[in-house]
Amino acid sequence: MKEDDVIICRCEEITIEEIRSWIDRGYRHFDELKRILRVGMGPCQGRGCRDIILRELAKATGEPLDRIDPGTIRPPVKPIKLGLCAYGKEGTSK
Amino acid sequence: MKELNTDILVVGGGPAGLSAAAEAAGIGANVLIAEGDLHLGGQLVKQSHKFFGSKDEFAGTRGFEIARLLRDEIARCGDRVKTMLNTTITGYYPDENVVTAMIGEEEYIRVRPKKMVVASGAQERLIPFPNNDIPGVYGAGAVQTLMNVYGVVPGKKVLMIGAGNIGLIVSYQLMQAGVEVTAILEAMPRIGGYWVHAAKVRRLGVPILLRHSIGRALGDNFVTGALINELDEKFNPTGSPEHVECDTICLAVGLTPSNELLWQAGCKMKYVPFLCGHVPLRDKNMRTSNAGVWMAGDVCGIEEASAAMIEGRIAGMSAAASLGFKVSDDNFEKYRLRLKNLRAGEVGEKIRIGVSDVTVDGWEANS
Repeated sequence: MKEDDVIICRCEEITIEEIRSWIDRGYRHFDELKRILRVGMGPCQGRGCRDIILRELAKATGEPLDRIDPGTIRPPVKPIKLGLCAYGKEGTSK
Repeated sequence: MKELNTDILVVGGGPAGLSAAAEAAGIGANVLIAEGDLHLGGQLVKQSHKFFGSKDEFAGTRGFEIARLLRDEIARCGDRVKTMLNTTITGYYPDENVVTAMIGEEEYIRVRPKKMVVASGAQERLIPFPNNDIPGVYGAGAVQTLMNVYGVVPGKKVLMIGAGNIGLIVSYQLMQAGVEVTAILEAMPRIGGYWVHAAKVRRLGVPILLRHSIGRALGDNFVTGALINELDEKFNPTGSPEHVECDTICLAVGLTPSNELLWQAGCKMKYVPFLCGHVPLRDKNMRTSNAGVWMAGDVCGIEEASAAMIEGRIAGMSAAASLGFKVSDDNFEKYRLRLKNLRAGEVGEKIRIGVSDVTVDGWEANS
């Protein structure tokens, strides 16, 4: 990591430079960046980085922010232990 | 999997959610409040300053006291309102009209509400700058929670980024707790918050540097200082960076709606800058394009707690009315007028424009 790297996705440790370089390579949708970099797939589910990435996409494409698709937001909104789902019938891990 | 049923599920026990629950229960609906935190009251519990606005919305009362008044109102509803604390609504599944809830990290259940009011509030914005991931860089809301809920100061010397109301109020509270505030930086050419809050910190000698922003955080394992920059008209750094000594950098650069459930519920959304993010289209009763889902508070646009409480009352009443509970039209009119008065004048202009941008006449076509 260079000294001037700016981490914008703390969950997956992705820098703004990485985001910009993938946008330059033609990744022009939040979900595309998510699939290649895992931004928005960590514990916070994009709460920290989504806004910043959408602004970068707006800058790169020249589109206003309201025209930038924020991507698909799926459940769960926060991490759930797999064990909880596995014990689904009783609904408890105890 | 355990399953709960309720007339109305209220997601979030802050000012909007509690008002919605009280109102819906008041006219006969059974309500379940799911709150992620360990207490009801949302952000109000850490607000030690007196609120503005109108007497109807507790102007002159301190935030944490408003939270207590709302909790008392909920307690008076008796069995009609059930509360689940430490409970996060983790997903909405439109095919079955069911939501999942995680209690602590130990229990995972299903809730099948007839109607739902989403009052999930907002989250803090971050800004990118080098070294922003080291310990000592905080959101202003986190600092307020540490100090006013847990009695812990974040450091000895704080650099505040943002001169909106949150940045100003948290600066003042830091000083009340004996913490030095080195400076407040504001990228805009003017102070965003109320004059009275700005005057308080200025009287205590804290400089508010307009057209300034942070260039980088300094320190290896924790914050030891910051480089700050003056900004030109296009918000680009100009001149040579100045070194500021601090052990805490506090970001008060705005909030954005925590709208995940509304996306999952398929609500029609729009990006509205004046409301600080993507917000759902709504009718005048706070109903979304999903006929079973209402919303209130910061999740439908960042605004004051006083507005959130009125929106909550309208949403709760409307959701209960849709289940056949009797509401007089006068009550809707009364709350709508209070909301209108609250948003009157220069201070409410951006909110008025933002809200009118996403308000529809009615959803009759899809209900």
